[in-house]
Amino acid sequence: MSDTATIKTLSDPRHVMELLENIPDPEVPVLSILDLGIVRDVRVYPASEQGAFPGVTVMITPTYNGCPAVDVIRMNIRMTLIAAGYTPVDVRTALSPAWSTEWMSEAAREKLEAFGIAPPNSVPSVCSLDLFQQDESVRCPHCGSYHTEMVSRFGSTACKALYKCKDCQEPFDYFKSH
Amino acid sequence: MPLPTYLLHLGDDALVLGHRNSEWCGHGPVLEQDIALTNIALDLIGQARLFYQYAATVLGDGVTEDSLAYLRDVYEYRNCLLVEQPNGDWAHTTLRQFFFSAYQYELYKAMKTSTDEQLSAIGTRSLKEVTYHLRWSGEWVVRLGDGTEESRARLLKALETLWMYTGELFRPAPYEEVLVEAGVAVAVDSLEGSWMEHVRRVLGQAGLTVPLAPAFQAGGKTGAHSEHLGYVLAEMQFMQRAYPGSTW
Repeated sequence: MSDTATIKTLSDPRHVMELLENIPDPEVPVLSILDLGIVRDVRVYPASEQGAFPGVTVMITPTYNGCPAVDVIRMNIRMTLIAAGYTPVDVRTALSPAWSTEWMSEAAREKLEAFGIAPPNSVPSVCSLDLFQQDESVRCPHCGSYHTEMVSRFGSTACKALYKCKDCQEPFDYFKSH
Repeated sequence: MPLPTYLLHLGDDALVLGHRNSEWCGHGPVLEQDIALTNIALDLIGQARLFYQYAATVLGDGVTEDSLAYLRDVYEYRNCLLVEQPNGDWAHTTLRQFFFSAYQYELYKAMKTSTDEQLSAIGTRSLKEVTYHLRWSGEWVVRLGDGTEESRARLLKALETLWMYTGELFRPAPYEEVLVEAGVAVAVDSLEGSWMEHVRRVLGQAGLTVPLAPAFQAGGKTGAHSEHLGYVLAEMQFMQRAYPGSTW
């Protein structure tokens, strides 16, 4: 959004994107929903087609099926866009293709690390069925060491695993790579 | 109508086991495992919501995911008997999860190729989550079976109690048979071979063998439940029954 100053009109989809960029992920507030890559499509309908206001349809893909943040995100998108003058606002969910951490922006990875959450490794690796397998090597977001170990594959939210650094001894969350 | 009934069956399986697992919240043996099991509960309830939302659009007439979960009675639920069994001890809970995750793993893998786009999308998404559940529960089966005398004894008891409910997973109900022909539903009888192979391998690692007893209990998928489901629903549906239509 380099030329945000020039975007004045509501019917410009870039204006919608600019608004969406300011909606945080409620579970990881340093990331916006655009950083996460869950916004798949934005369509703006001119005022004349549906009434006095331009309408908008936003298509999102949930990260995890059971992620309770999705309902909050959906509501925040509606409220933000209605407040900005869009009516009606339709937030739809697309399940396919399934969300992947590959959709996360490079800026998002840096923000995560600065926040103390290890960003997902660049190669998505859903766990295999082998029991007691070696876990992925994850870099400690505090000291940068790879000398870390997984404490639990399930963390404070569905998208994170719990790790511990064996050098600086700090525990940290790892955003699982999917 | 076979499609909504099939969707309810899939959703009910996930919801009831999700609810059972959530009963452990705050009671897990250690914090990490408490969190792991409640994470799995959350995934399952998320899957249930997708099936119920889809069923609600097919049924129309003001039906919502919430009315499907909170306002149906025991005989209208279509979950298998395995998922409604009481939690018992940790061995019982993790073995039940292992049996069911191994089934869901094969189910969702096959569902990816369903001719129904929505089911195919749900299968693709859910398979990633179930892979974590299957590995986690499988590790517990090995840890307990190959652990102390007591952990092994508890796992053996769980195996003896739960085995009889595993056969139902692979017996198609009439609403499934109709949809299998249309390429919509997964032919569950075709999943039994790979399920058995996986279960045999993990039980083998745990130093146990697959029971010889027949897995004969069935009925949940057509609405004939054990007495346990009523207690689950009584707790889960209390608020909506006592204060109809209440919202947060």
